[in-house]
Amino acid sequence: MNSTESTDVLVIGTGFGGAVAAYHLAAGGAKVVMLERGPWVRSEEFEHDFLLGSSYTRIFDFVVGDGMSLLGGNCVGGGSVVYFAAMPRAPKFVFDRQGSIGRRMWPSSISRDTLEPWYDRVSEALPVSMSDWNQVTYAGGLFAAACNHSGRTANPVPVAIDVDRCTNCNWMMSGCRFDAKRSLLLNYLPAAVACGAEIRPLHEVQRLSRTDRGYRVHYSTVDAEDYRILHDEGVIDAKIVIMAAGAGATPVILQRSAAALGGMPDAVGRYFSGNGERLNTAIVDEDRARELFGLDRGDGRAYEANQIGKGPCVASWDDLDASLPEYSRFSLEQLYFPPGFGTILAQVPGAAAPSWFGREKKEIVGKWQSWLTTFTMSEDDNEGVFGPPPPTGNAHRISQQMLGRGTISYEPTANTRHGWEISDAAVKAVMERDGLAKVMPWTNDVVGAYTVHPLASCRIGDDPATSALDDRHELRGHPGIFVTDGSAVPGALTVNPALTIAALAERAMPGIVQAAKDRGVSVKYGAPSPLGEIAGRRGTLPLVSDLAVR
Amino acid sequence: MPPDNAERRRRTMTLEAFADTIIPGEKRSPDDRAIAGASTGQGAVAAGAIELLETPAAGLVDLLDGLTTVLNGHATARAARLGTTLDSGIPPFVALSFDDRTELVGELLAPGHPEKEAWVGLALFSNMAFDTAAHMHTVDALAAGHPGLAATGFAPPDADGLWRFPAYSYRRKFAELHPHTTASGSPA
Repeated sequence: MNSTESTDVLVIGTGFGGAVAAYHLAAGGAKVVMLERGPWVRSEEFEHDFLLGSSYTRIFDFVVGDGMSLLGGNCVGGGSVVYFAAMPRAPKFVFDRQGSIGRRMWPSSISRDTLEPWYDRVSEALPVSMSDWNQVTYAGGLFAAACNHSGRTANPVPVAIDVDRCTNCNWMMSGCRFDAKRSLLLNYLPAAVACGAEIRPLHEVQRLSRTDRGYRVHYSTVDAEDYRILHDEGVIDAKIVIMAAGAGATPVILQRSAAALGGMPDAVGRYFSGNGERLNTAIVDEDRARELFGLDRGDGRAYEANQIGKGPCVASWDDLDASLPEYSRFSLEQLYFPPGFGTILAQVPGAAAPSWFGREKKEIVGKWQSWLTTFTMSEDDNEGVFGPPPPTGNAHRISQQMLGRGTISYEPTANTRHGWEISDAAVKAVMERDGLAKVMPWTNDVVGAYTVHPLASCRIGDDPATSALDDRHELRGHPGIFVTDGSAVPGALTVNPALTIAALAERAMPGIVQAAKDRGVSVKYGAPSPLGEIAGRRGTLPLVSDLAVR
Repeated sequence: MPPDNAERRRRTMTLEAFADTIIPGEKRSPDDRAIAGASTGQGAVAAGAIELLETPAAGLVDLLDGLTTVLNGHATARAARLGTTLDSGIPPFVALSFDDRTELVGELLAPGHPEKEAWVGLALFSNMAFDTAAHMHTVDALAAGHPGLAATGFAPPDADGLWRFPAYSYRRKFAELHPHTTASGSPA
C-alpha cells in the first residue's frame, strides 16, 4: 500500500466556481480539499501600494497572448478579490444567442427564467443590492449625465459592496482592505472552511490522471514571493474533481491531462470569449462639464475625480435590445482602472503618431484626473483558441508575479469587430456631444484585445461537437470531472459575468452532489446560504430533483 | 551584468534613450545626450524606468544586454538608410534625434514586427515607472515628489498610508433608469 493522500472532492481554484462548490459539498458532509495556485491574503494585508510585490501584483495575473490578453485573479477567492463587484444578471436574449455555431449555444435547459432562482441564491449569499444615486461616484454621475444628455437611460449598477464600509479608496483591484467589497473571503469560503473544507494556497495544479476509483491530481507548490519558482510536487486522489481554475487555466490543465486521460472533448481550449470587452478613454473638458450639467463637487471643481470611486457605478443598457441582431448589442459602463493598466493603453485623441506613447501621451496623462473610462461588453464570436500547454501553469511567467506569456490566440472576426466599432461610436456620441470630452479607444496594437472577464474556453452546451461540458457541467467522456468556473459560460454575456458564473455553479451543485453520492461519498445537498439564510434555498428547492437526476 | 563600466554606461544610456522616447522629459544637464529634452518636466527616466527595468522581479533584466545591442543595430541601420552620420562617441540609438528615435520605436512596436513582444515589454515597464513608480512604495514615491504621480495629481493618503475619499458623489439623479430594469436592478 502506498500512502497517497486522498479526499472525496478536490476543487481546483477558489474563485466563484470553486468556492460555491466547496461550500455545498463540505456543508453536505463530503471531505473537500481546495488547491489554489495564488496566495491567501488577509484583509489587513491588502495594501494601497503599486510596488511590485505588494498585494496589487500578488493577487492577480496578466497573461499576454497572441491577439488577446487576460486579466484575472490569482489568490484565494480568485476573481472575487480583484473584481469591482458589479453584479447584474445577464439579459434574457443572451441565453438565445447562436454565436459562431449557427444555433442556440446555451443548453436548452438554461434560460434567464430558469437561472433566476440561482441568481437569487447568490445574491442572498454575498449579498448583492441595487445602488442608488447617493452611492454613485463623481465618475458615475458624470457618465449618467452624459448619457442623459444624449437621450440615453443610465442605471446605477447592482453591486456586492457594503456601502457603509466602503471608503471610496479605489484600490479595489488590490483587494479590499476594509471588507466592504463582498468577495468570497467573506461568505462562501469561510463557510466552507467552517464545514471542514481545507484550502491550500500556493498549490498549482499541473495535470490530472486516472485511478481505479477516480482521479489523481498532480500539483506543484509555488514560491510565496517569486511565482516563477516551483518547489515540491505532490498528488492527491479524489473521487470527484471540480475544475474552477478560471477560463484562462482550466482548459490548459485539461489539455496537459489529455495524454493521461485520453479523449478530451474538442471544445476544451476552444470557443474562448473575451466577453466582447473594450475600453474608451475620454478626456473631459472641465468647463463644459460644469456648463452642460451644472456639475459641482462643492469646492469649485466640476469633475477632476478620476482617482475617487468604487469601480463601475453606472451602466447604460439602451443597446441591450433583444430585437437587435446578434453582434450589435452591448452595454456601456463607467469604469475606473488604476494608473498602469489604466494609462498605458490610453491613446491621444486625434494624434497622428504615436498615439499611446511619446510627447502628446505625456500631456494627456497630465489631465488624468479628468479622464473618464467607458467599458464596453459586447457580443464577440468565441474565436479564441488555446495552443499547446506550457510545461507548467497556464503561461510562461515573465515577472515574479502578475505578468506572463500565454498560449491563447485570438483573431477577431468581422462580427466581433463590428460590435466594437458600433460601441466605440456610441461612446463617442455620448462623451463628445457638445464638446464634453475627447475620446479615443484603447489600442489593440500593443497587447492585443484584452479581457477582464475571460469566458467559454470549456463551455456547457447540448452539442458534443461544440461544448466540452454537458448541461450539468460534467466533462464529456470523463465522468466525475466537473467545470464550474467562467470557462463553462458558453459565450459573451454583454454584462459583467461574476453573478452568472456563480449562479451556474449553484445550479450545478445538485448534480455534482449526486455524482459524489454515486461514488460512495456520504454527502447531502441542501445547505442554507453561507450566513444561514434560507429564502434562496426555498426558491431553488423545486428545481433540485430534476438537476440531481442524470 | 555587462563586463565593464563602459559597457554598463552604454547600456544605461541606450535604455534611458528608449524610456525617454516612451515618456519624454527634460535634460538633466545641458550636455545630457540620453534624454533628448523633448518635453518639459521630468519623464520616464527621472521616474525610475531604469531602476524598474533592472529590478529582477520585473523579469526583463536578462534581456537588457541583448536588447541594447539589437536596438543600437537598428539605429545604425536606420542612420545608414537615411544617410545620417551619427556621433560615434555615444551609442547609435542615443545619437538619433528624438523624432528619429520615435519613428524607429514606432516601427519596433508595430503589429507584425518580429521583435515586437520584447519592445512592448520594455515600453510597458518604462511607462509603468512613470505612471505608478512600481519600484517604490507609493507612499514613499509621493513623498519624494515622483514625477509621474505628481503629473497625474495622485492624491496623498491619510496619515495611516491608506486612501479614503469621504466626498465622492454629487448625490444627484442624473438620468432615468432603463424602462425594463428588473426588481433586482438588472437588465430584463
